[in-house]
Amino acid sequence: MEQKPFAITLNPASSLANHTGNWRTMRPIYVDHLPPCNQVCPAGENIQGWLYEAEEGKYEQAWRKIMEDNPFPAIHGRVCYHPCETACNRSQLDEAVSIHAVERFLGDYAIDQGWQVDPGVATGKRVLVIGAGPSGLSAAYHLARLGHAVTIYEAGPKPGGMMRFGIPQYRLPRNIVDAEIARIVAMGVSIHLNQKVENLETAIKEGGFDAVFLAIGAHLSKRVDIPGRDAGRMIDALGFLKGMEGEAVPKIGRRVVVYGGGNTAIDAARTAKRLGAEETILIYRRDREHMPAHDFEVEEALEEGVLTRWLNMISQVDDTTVTVEEMTLDEQGRPQPTGRFETLEADTLILAVGQEVDTGFLAHVPGLEISSDGVIQVDASMMTGRVGVFAGGDMVPAERTVTVATGHGKKAARNIDAYLRGCDFMKTTPNAVATYDRLNTWYYTDADKSRQPYLDLARRRASFEEVVGGLDKDTALLEARRCLSCGNCFECDTCYGVCPDNAIIKLGPGQRYEVNYDYCKGCGLCAEECPCGAIDMVKEVR
Amino acid sequence: MSSQRVKFYQTGTFTVGNRLLNESDRTVQARMDRTNSLNSGHRACQGCGEALGARYALDAVMRATRRQMVAVNATGCLEVFSSPYPESAWEIPWLHSLFGNAPAVASGVAAAYPESAWEIPWLHSLFGNAPAVASGVAAALRAKGKTDIRVIAQGGDGATVDIGFGCLSGMFERNDDVLYVCYDNEAYMNTGVQRSGSTPPRAWTNTTQAVGTEPGNPMGVGKNLPRIAMAHGIPYVATASVADLHDLEAKVTKAMNMRGARYIHIHVPCPLGWKSDPALTIKVARMAVESGLFPLFEAEGGEVTDRTPIRKQVPVERYLELQGRFNHLFHPRDESALGAIQAMADTNIHVYHLLPSEV
Repeated sequence: MEQKPFAITLNPASSLANHTGNWRTMRPIYVDHLPPCNQVCPAGENIQGWLYEAEEGKYEQAWRKIMEDNPFPAIHGRVCYHPCETACNRSQLDEAVSIHAVERFLGDYAIDQGWQVDPGVATGKRVLVIGAGPSGLSAAYHLARLGHAVTIYEAGPKPGGMMRFGIPQYRLPRNIVDAEIARIVAMGVSIHLNQKVENLETAIKEGGFDAVFLAIGAHLSKRVDIPGRDAGRMIDALGFLKGMEGEAVPKIGRRVVVYGGGNTAIDAARTAKRLGAEETILIYRRDREHMPAHDFEVEEALEEGVLTRWLNMISQVDDTTVTVEEMTLDEQGRPQPTGRFETLEADTLILAVGQEVDTGFLAHVPGLEISSDGVIQVDASMMTGRVGVFAGGDMVPAERTVTVATGHGKKAARNIDAYLRGCDFMKTTPNAVATYDRLNTWYYTDADKSRQPYLDLARRRASFEEVVGGLDKDTALLEARRCLSCGNCFECDTCYGVCPDNAIIKLGPGQRYEVNYDYCKGCGLCAEECPCGAIDMVKEVR
Repeated sequence: MSSQRVKFYQTGTFTVGNRLLNESDRTVQARMDRTNSLNSGHRACQGCGEALGARYALDAVMRATRRQMVAVNATGCLEVFSSPYPESAWEIPWLHSLFGNAPAVASGVAAAYPESAWEIPWLHSLFGNAPAVASGVAAALRAKGKTDIRVIAQGGDGATVDIGFGCLSGMFERNDDVLYVCYDNEAYMNTGVQRSGSTPPRAWTNTTQAVGTEPGNPMGVGKNLPRIAMAHGIPYVATASVADLHDLEAKVTKAMNMRGARYIHIHVPCPLGWKSDPALTIKVARMAVESGLFPLFEAEGGEVTDRTPIRKQVPVERYLELQGRFNHLFHPRDESALGAIQAMADTNIHVYHLLPSEV
């Protein structure tokens, strides 16, 4: 028998024999919650995911992560109204992450670097896309990635749709539009320009297409009933903006009145100002607060010298004057006449009162349903009443933005792919939202938002140079690092550090962590201290 | 401690690790090869601040000394929950100054230092002789020329501010080459939450019940051991908190780069004795720092040399309301007690210049 010291009967042992995990009544589990930015993105981008790559300086990985959902990062970084930033949890801490600025940097950087995307393995299926706007191009891109052969028929002389003919150059330079479309063409998508489809069924039959995606947008300007409307120089805003892309710049007078309160009205007013109008007045029936236009764009227009007349309705138009009636808002926020009139000097009137879909070529498609307001009805898979014909973008009921259209393109592509493979597209159930109260914001360093440079005012008033500049590489990196990574582990080692029982196992870079349930006592410190809310405490079941 | 805070915006330098930093710039606790000086399977309560503080401090010592160290532990929670016979949770050379291993300590000391070894009161007290044993070990190592092996002594507030106070003062006075770490959980916890000289005013303990006109621990009592240590003029004194790992590790590392008597006082919440949620241990410690009740500072040769500013100041109530031991201050509200405790925090903020604007 082994000799032991006096009064010692047991050999030395390690505490590891003592499995304290059996004290536990609650157990920590690692979870991924849905960041609010991702939740609201109309294009369905994994924003937190690509910011995670970007903050390590892995720009190509970040860009490719965007490209899984959206083929136009450089365009969206400029023109998307970034609902992600409105939803961003960081706005409750200091200021939202400037997601669009980082996206724009990545998009521009990718163009500089010439990064391309490969098409998928060919399936032998042929898909017709009608309309080369954001929705049609997005669908074409995603279908090409899925291996389908895509042909786009575009009625206009150039691809891009509203990205080219609706959004002015000072917000979206055309070389950016060209570069991002060229990347899609390089994947094998063929775009037929000046090819207006007159009869859908004939086009399908002649081309031998297996499915169709309709994305012709809403290019018809609405009219309003103004007495004397044929008098004077009246043009519609869409035609005016479109004219900017042609050979001859549209002719306008010295005093321009723009009628409307949406983003198109603002675009038209700012364009008129740049064309040299001495006075550009924006007239809107309601007040600034009720304008559909985004406030930062209104602000930029005001900075550039656009004048405004809120609560004015145009009642009469003559050769050199416009008569307006002052309005007042009722309790529902609707404008009501006051009977007080005023006459303004004006030699050009630009109408920006809404857009409609040109559904003429769809009149005789069996099963296809067009609602009374002129938009196409689609089901949850974006398919119209005609089997195999899908529709998206401005021509279906939805908010009309580039990003919504791009999202429609992706969604339709996935459903078209499922249709072509004879199955249903199974959407994964999204995780619960990572709300602000899940975060432990103490751990985040205070960091002011990065500001994008602005073109000086004199040049803004006189040229079509891009107004808002991009972030440089260093600034974009710091901005990406402002992301709180809501609901998704960013490997900060806090759980690993704060466990008093060493019950968190660090698996190494990119591998995250594991709980050692042999020793975890279930105190909940890891879940409480986790900065981004990626740990839940759940009831222990034995 | 105003070491350079690297501005990585997302992760800052407040998280334990940071994948954007070089490995060498991250904390010891973020390392996959950290010692885990106090290993799994120890029997501390859920969310124990002391177990956490001990691992933070000792892992940092292990790294700073390249694993050449020995720790002497006073009796207390830390010793009891880590070494129930025959198990040990210690992954480091570790002595508990009890009868069992005292001969080993004594012989080591005696072999090197025969005349004076017996002057060390190593047999007298279970609780309080850790500083003396550590002094003896340090002396033995020095006599044997093994000055690369560094000695740590550690104990709770009871062993430090009360029972071992004489020994500790002696260690300071002789400037023995020992780092003494006090894990302050503000009462005798392993014996059942009795008041110590470190229990804060108005706190409930089993010996300061929440009864009478001034419930809880009386106002104006207790010792401020970091100030007492400073009064000995020893090379280094610092306070630290489990709520600020970067600060804690920097101080321990700095202490290990110095010789002579050093003292670090670490604030470690005790969910059991403070009646706080185990999940909130770090939050409670953070509120103590952010309210100014537990000032983080450093002193060298008896003079305050630096302080860690408060990041986001909070009223003391944010700290007190998380702990059941202060419940009686809120039901009903005891304005005079809350005001007096706030005044203590305000004094600290003033004395140690704890607000960022006060340099």
